[in-house]
Amino acid sequence: MPSAIRPWFRLLRASFAAQTRYLPAALGGLIANLTFGFLKAAVLFATVRAAGGEVGGYDLATMSSYVWLSQALLGTVNLGADSDLADRVRTGDIAIDFARPLDVQTSYLAVDLGRSFFALGPRAIPLILLGALTTGIAFAPPAGVLLGLVAVALAAVLSFLGRYAVNILGLWLVETRGVRTLYMLVSSFLAGLFVPVPLFPDWLKMLANATPFPSLLQTPIDVLSGKVSGAAALLAVLWQVFWIVVVGAAGQLLTRRGRLKLEVQGG
Amino acid sequence: MSEQVPAIEVDGLTRTFKVRRRGSLLRDVVTAVDDMSFTVQRGESVGYIGANGAGKSTTIKMLIGILVPSNGSARTCGLDPLQQRRRLARRIGVVFGQRSQLWWDLPVRESFAILGEIHRLPKAVARQRTEQLSEQLDMGEYWNTPVRQLSLGQRMRAEIGAALLHSPELLILDEPTIGLDVLSKQRLREFLIAERAEHGTTLLLTTHDMGDIERLCQRVLVVDHGRLAYDGSLPGLAATVDTRRILQIDLAEPTADLTGLGTATHLDSKGDGLRQRLAFDPKRVTVPQVLAEVSARAEVRDLSIEEPGIEEVVRKLYARRVP
Repeated sequence: MPSAIRPWFRLLRASFAAQTRYLPAALGGLIANLTFGFLKAAVLFATVRAAGGEVGGYDLATMSSYVWLSQALLGTVNLGADSDLADRVRTGDIAIDFARPLDVQTSYLAVDLGRSFFALGPRAIPLILLGALTTGIAFAPPAGVLLGLVAVALAAVLSFLGRYAVNILGLWLVETRGVRTLYMLVSSFLAGLFVPVPLFPDWLKMLANATPFPSLLQTPIDVLSGKVSGAAALLAVLWQVFWIVVVGAAGQLLTRRGRLKLEVQGG
Repeated sequence: MSEQVPAIEVDGLTRTFKVRRRGSLLRDVVTAVDDMSFTVQRGESVGYIGANGAGKSTTIKMLIGILVPSNGSARTCGLDPLQQRRRLARRIGVVFGQRSQLWWDLPVRESFAILGEIHRLPKAVARQRTEQLSEQLDMGEYWNTPVRQLSLGQRMRAEIGAALLHSPELLILDEPTIGLDVLSKQRLREFLIAERAEHGTTLLLTTHDMGDIERLCQRVLVVDHGRLAYDGSLPGLAATVDTRRILQIDLAEPTADLTGLGTATHLDSKGDGLRQRLAFDPKRVTVPQVLAEVSARAEVRDLSIEEPGIEEVVRKLYARRVP
């Protein structure tokens, strides 16, 4: 472990370890993901059948892979709108974070990745197994799966950076609930959580592809399942990296600007 | 860093806040810290006191670079707290009594391990310092307990240990003894005295507890309405204001007012003289002396001593200064 990144690695490990305490919560998440998985499968399979066996490039087999992979990744790629950081801004505990000799954004990233990677165990793997045993999952050849795992890790990073950028708005807004709820709705829809992005009408597809959101879910699913392969897969992963740089830089900028107007709340 | 650079240099420091007036779009400007100037030399131990809302925490936030001054400047350990926040964070330790720098879900041990990495302490140094702090602050009994399960006293010891892990040259404690019982306060103070004696750590302490100041601080800064109202020694402060203590005694039977005592002055009586309050000067007489004189006149059932609060001292200080 190069000493330069050791503090971040330590935070990641500690956060991973702390998650073991929340195993019952992870189990609850698993059951919710599973229930909605069957619901999604029922609706989307009906759509494929109604369209004559193929819609937007999906047949029943590829749709099944999409359904179970999208559900499996939900614990790792958080499309929601958690408020950990916004809460710390609101209560003034952010003062503690700024009093540490660490970059705030990247130290929170390490903590979040610990949670994301932990969720692979109790949430992603069981769902993939259950999906494979019920309606089936098709996987890309080994090289594609490997690239898919990279895409999952990048999606986890990007998902954090997006939520961070929304949360850090708390430095300007006292109450971030509205923005966070809006973000959750937009991000989960455009990421392709409810309906795969290729099924969107053309104008919406164009809109979605101009945002970072499809990189969160659609991309790792496509690469893992082999729906996108070869140079196109590589390009999709590079597109994720592009968004990480853009959204990450936005978060850094907001943190720097916000720090100068931070009024730590409460004594 | 050369010995000549002061630990804290504050010059004309001012911070205003805009506060929205109730039921109106107009905003009032509140001056939390008003043209404050002072210097703390390395190795000094300074009590920073004042009533709630006097501007203590605001000053500290500017000293550690988490709040931008509206005017004037602050330099901490010779650094600009805003521009050199992370460098400064490696050289100071901060404890906010109301907030925790430990990881809630993790054992105390793990928080110290993470902090050791964050401060990039060599492994051997981190281990040795951790052992030392764990022993001196008596953290062994709860070393493997998650932070959220600690009592307030235990957590506060861990917080102070965590702030000292990287052996900072300046320790800033914001209300470290708030809510602690007498014994816990005592232990914490003794630890801080020993720590300072060994390492020469500069200490800046805000508190509402006169005992903290008496035991720990050579110098007192009193802030009132954002302005520095007093800068000097504690005896000097006591000399400028009345720091008499109040002794409340419960007597066995109704007794006439205990006036004309040599050691104390009668203040008031309740319940036909069953409970009486006497004021005495702790520099001149001791509690047993007062008690002995009272016992000669009436049988004492119970007693309690009221310490003058910081607010009281500040209020008296101001009452004197305003013509």
